[in-house]
Amino acid sequence: MKRPKTPLKLELPLICFLGFFWMAIWQDFTLGTFLIGAIYATIIVRVFYLPPLRGSGRLNLWWGLVFTLRFLVKMIAASFQVSWIAVAVGPKVKNSIISVQLRSHDDLIVTLTGHALALVPGSLVLDVDRTTATLYLHALDVDSDEDAERIRQDALRTEALIIMTCGNRSDVAVVKAEKRLGRMSGFSKTERDAPFIHRGGGPSEADRDAERAAGRTPERTDIAASADSPERTTIEEVEH
Amino acid sequence: MFDSLDADLILDAVASVLLVLGGLMSLAAGVGLVRLPDLHSRMHAATKPQVLGLLSLLLAAAITWRSWEWVAIVLLAWGLQLLTAPVSAHVVGRSGYRTKHMRRDLLTHDELASAVERISRDIPPSRG
Repeated sequence: MKRPKTPLKLELPLICFLGFFWMAIWQDFTLGTFLIGAIYATIIVRVFYLPPLRGSGRLNLWWGLVFTLRFLVKMIAASFQVSWIAVAVGPKVKNSIISVQLRSHDDLIVTLTGHALALVPGSLVLDVDRTTATLYLHALDVDSDEDAERIRQDALRTEALIIMTCGNRSDVAVVKAEKRLGRMSGFSKTERDAPFIHRGGGPSEADRDAERAAGRTPERTDIAASADSPERTTIEEVEH
Repeated sequence: MFDSLDADLILDAVASVLLVLGGLMSLAAGVGLVRLPDLHSRMHAATKPQVLGLLSLLLAAAITWRSWEWVAIVLLAWGLQLLTAPVSAHVVGRSGYRTKHMRRDLLTHDELASAVERISRDIPPSRG
């Protein structure tokens, strides 16, 4: 099979990482070891083909730092929480499966968000619907609509930080528009369950203008409402 | 001389606190495996506290050896665990859901079931 050739520039971060890896396993942090590692890495990357990781071309280290600190704090807090649930609540624990529709349809952002959510104890990514960029989270010890909504908002906030760190420009514009308008994307469970007409009347004309300026047409409601359409069948195998 | 002694003492104290913390996280994972009721809740207990548990054990090791090279290796090991742990958790969780190895009575919301139902309704029986 003929494979598309990846330009070396796209593989450079991976090669550098593998070079560092080589230094680490030899415990010899010198330039020579790094070079040998990088040569081996180049050969490996060429022989064992992987689809290249196409980033958005932007990287904001400040938001990356904010994301990392928030992640560490949440991880430590949630580790103790899950340990406490295991010891104190035990067999009586109630769980929920919560769907979170993400803003971004970029595979990298969806993957990173799923990873970040799965690493924080108490939530587990059960399934991903790639066409609608929806994550299905299994959350430990959630037994009310408010708690479920809190988990959903939290997941969207995690995604917002990841988008601010390395998302593409249109996603960043969506996050900024949301911040300006003071609302979060997507629908909560109660909003989704309500008939379409009663959904708060949709955004006002000013909101529409702002969203259009942010590079996203206000078709979100239509997309969510037409989720019943037959082309959204990526998780059809769930039944089998 | 006293200074270096104090520094050693402090570092050893930090390392021992981290070791105990890592051990407690492993203990919590074990307790969770026994006490929690179904596959998915057990997945939470078994895989997740270990992210912090492994980090504290590895940091304790790096502090005990007092070397920056080990810090790099330790962070690498932890990073590789960060990359792989969610993947295995996701695969086990997903196959558990699809093969119905779970207790539905413990779920208060199941928004995946409604999505599955909505989609399977739209598929003609010949394909389903």
